[in-house]
Amino acid sequence: MSKSEVALEHGAHEPFLQHHFHDLEQQGEASKIGMWLFLVTEILLFGGLFVGYGIMRMLHAEAFHQGHLHLDRTLGALNTVVLLVSSFTMAMAVHSARTGDRKRLIVFLAATLAFAGVFLGVKYFEYSHKFHEGLLPGKYYRHTGDAVPGVAAFFGFYFVMTGLHGLHVLAGMIAIGWLLRRAVRGDFSPSYYSPVDLTGLYWHLVDMIWIYLFPLLYLIS
Amino acid sequence: MSAHAESYRAVRTYALVLASLLALTVITVIAAGVNFGSAFVNVVVALAIASVKASLVALYFMHLRHDRPMSAVIFVTGLAMLAIFLMFCFLDTLTREHVEPAVTAQIYVRAASISARILSAS
Amino acid sequence: MTGANYLTEQRGLRSWLFTLDHKRIGVMYLWSTLLAFFLGGVLAMLIRLELLTPTRTLMDADTYNKAFTLHGAIMIFLFIIPSIPAALGNFVLPLLLGARDVAFPRLNLASYYLYVAGALMALASMITGGIDTGWTFYTPYSTSTGGAVNLVTLAVFVLGFSSIFTGVNFIATTHKLRAPGMNWFRMPLFVWGIYATAIIQILATPVLGITVLLLFLERVFGVGIFDPKLGGDPVLFQHFFWFYSHPAVYIMILPGMAIISEVIPVFSRRPIFGYRAIAFSSVAIAAVSFLVWGHHMYVSGQSVLASALFSFLTFLVAIPSAVKVFNWVATMYKGSIWLQAPMIYAIMFLLLFAIGGLTGLFLGSLAVDVHLHDTYFVVAHFHYVMMGGTFIAFLAGLHYWWPKMFGRMYSERWSRIAAALVFVGFNATFLAQFVMGSRGMPRRYYNYLPEFQALHVVSTVGSWILALGLLITAGYLLASLRKRPDAPANPWGGMTLEWQTSSPPPTHNFAAVPVVDRGPYDFPPLEAEEELAGRPA
Repeated sequence: MSKSEVALEHGAHEPFLQHHFHDLEQQGEASKIGMWLFLVTEILLFGGLFVGYGIMRMLHAEAFHQGHLHLDRTLGALNTVVLLVSSFTMAMAVHSARTGDRKRLIVFLAATLAFAGVFLGVKYFEYSHKFHEGLLPGKYYRHTGDAVPGVAAFFGFYFVMTGLHGLHVLAGMIAIGWLLRRAVRGDFSPSYYSPVDLTGLYWHLVDMIWIYLFPLLYLIS
Repeated sequence: MSAHAESYRAVRTYALVLASLLALTVITVIAAGVNFGSAFVNVVVALAIASVKASLVALYFMHLRHDRPMSAVIFVTGLAMLAIFLMFCFLDTLTREHVEPAVTAQIYVRAASISARILSAS
Repeated sequence: MTGANYLTEQRGLRSWLFTLDHKRIGVMYLWSTLLAFFLGGVLAMLIRLELLTPTRTLMDADTYNKAFTLHGAIMIFLFIIPSIPAALGNFVLPLLLGARDVAFPRLNLASYYLYVAGALMALASMITGGIDTGWTFYTPYSTSTGGAVNLVTLAVFVLGFSSIFTGVNFIATTHKLRAPGMNWFRMPLFVWGIYATAIIQILATPVLGITVLLLFLERVFGVGIFDPKLGGDPVLFQHFFWFYSHPAVYIMILPGMAIISEVIPVFSRRPIFGYRAIAFSSVAIAAVSFLVWGHHMYVSGQSVLASALFSFLTFLVAIPSAVKVFNWVATMYKGSIWLQAPMIYAIMFLLLFAIGGLTGLFLGSLAVDVHLHDTYFVVAHFHYVMMGGTFIAFLAGLHYWWPKMFGRMYSERWSRIAAALVFVGFNATFLAQFVMGSRGMPRRYYNYLPEFQALHVVSTVGSWILALGLLITAGYLLASLRKRPDAPANPWGGMTLEWQTSSPPPTHNFAAVPVVDRGPYDFPPLEAEEELAGRPA
């Protein structure tokens, strides 16, 4: 039995209900609104980068084309698949929490964490390859033999966009790790699983951002 | 519907969505190799496929399809603001006129004379 | 008032630093933002002193540039944007809704600590070289100049998150924590105003975040998005910057308008005229505010088509504001006006905001703006709306809710003296600036042509009168805190829920959760004796 079910059995006040809400349902709904609002801020944060990228790309089409040729499509596609599967396992984790299946919740959270780790591993591999070739952002660009000038600008965007995204993946991993700990402790039940639900929403957004990053950076020419 | 059947249905939905997402990813990669005529159309096709994928994630993984409408309202409003930002920036960048160098030179000359006047008065 | 309340129920530094009580968080914000206002004000006085003479008066040009940059950045990011929502709003919103706290109390405290962190970073920049870019940080100057630009841009990033968290909290609170019986159209109009503000905070602030992040990365890594030498576009920076900063000015004014909507009905003893019009106009202002940012960029190299489009849209945004002004005035018609300090400031707001708003239309017109851009006309316009508008409304709200927050009444006599000085001083300072701006006096100039000196002297003397009025205000308000608590639960006869609990309120706000069965401005008629004696009933 989860900790909250045990507490209820003993007639205790809901352990995770905050005093200014009158029930867990109201608390959960408020938290959900809060998380969606936060996700919108993330959409606009990354969105700004997309707008900047779009304009710079329009102004320097040839340089950006040259830049993207240096990116490995296979690795990019692999990372896309990895994140999509991790979104699936996250959705399954939320589902397990909602149906009170503690064992599967733990398994799916761990799986999500593992896939996220793979994603970051691939990115590390990609980045070190770029550094090795001198394809660095801005004034640190050291690559020679470009067909057109200005390829450094492409890599400026590449590193900022994937770097910021990577930081969000890392933050997500920390959150999922913390959920894992709470799940093992037995905190969640069908009446209280909102932290899993909300972290899931965040994770799906991180996936969605990559869904757009992949074609824009790796594919379009 | 019993809880068990409902649970099965939900899992089946997630699996179907994942399968669709993976298929669409394959299509994205293939479509990138096809030349649709102009660069603009290539971009539109790629973004359209990405948007279908994003919609699947939002509607099913993020439960927008079955949640209260407020969540979807918040999400769509965010997207709308982003669209406005994008549209106006592009509108500006695409409709700028080229200024003749002679005109620019005239502007600099005039500004320099005004600055000189201010400096000599102080 | 003799019972335990949120100020006395727990004592000691730790009980304040780790509080989750929205009222205490609001009070901490209040003192912090007022401190920031004081710092920004000192800088303003120094700027005006320097401008007494056409050449050097007391500082060199570099210092002058840093002074006006810091004045702008402090006033905007550390005072105006947080003050009404985070100081007054945090205190009053749950009370107005009949709730025990905001939706996310821990997020609220986090928001305050982010504010403090950002403020310390911004102030530290004064010691590490200062910045001279103007509060707008335009590129390419800001990407290439020395000074503490990196520190200040990171400070702004942190402050942005403080603002976002406040917005998230207020929206969730409004949706989910209203007392039973309080539907959307029984909410006090202050809530509608803060809600609309929160929408803007959430949608616009992230773009500021990415803007300063990109500026920081451009300086550190030379990424090249804004630098023309590297193929970037400096006008793109302005698009990014103003996409936030234009809606930001509505983050500043909407809460001020929200206060006016509370004060005028109470002190006219009449229900607000056109409740729904005012409620919807708040949301309309929030929506349209996102469509007009290019009116700051008419002469920056933006295309003529885009500029014309933005100009047209700018006219639209004036309409909902005008709707409010007409409705406030109509509320006062045939009302029983009680001229206490909150009402004096509210009426002052109507006049000063009208002037500020109308002069915005001059600037929004593309053809006229070509002549007025970057002149003192702009400076006067935004001081009329931000100071004559928001700050005066803030004073109205501060005087209105002061008894509720601290349980003390201030000296009505001294408040009138101060208000008179503030009014005279403010107009002397800034009316002169409209005139000199329309005659060509550029903004941010250290030296100017001798023909403008007379108007500058008027403006500087005005600033001294204004400062005196504000110092007196600080004086009598602080003096009131030394008295024994003497404020009744409802000193003004208001009908909104905050007046149903003691002054100051207990920590849990209400003894029992209130049930709402009427609107927020349903006043019973005054008896003649009460009216003569001076309210309330």
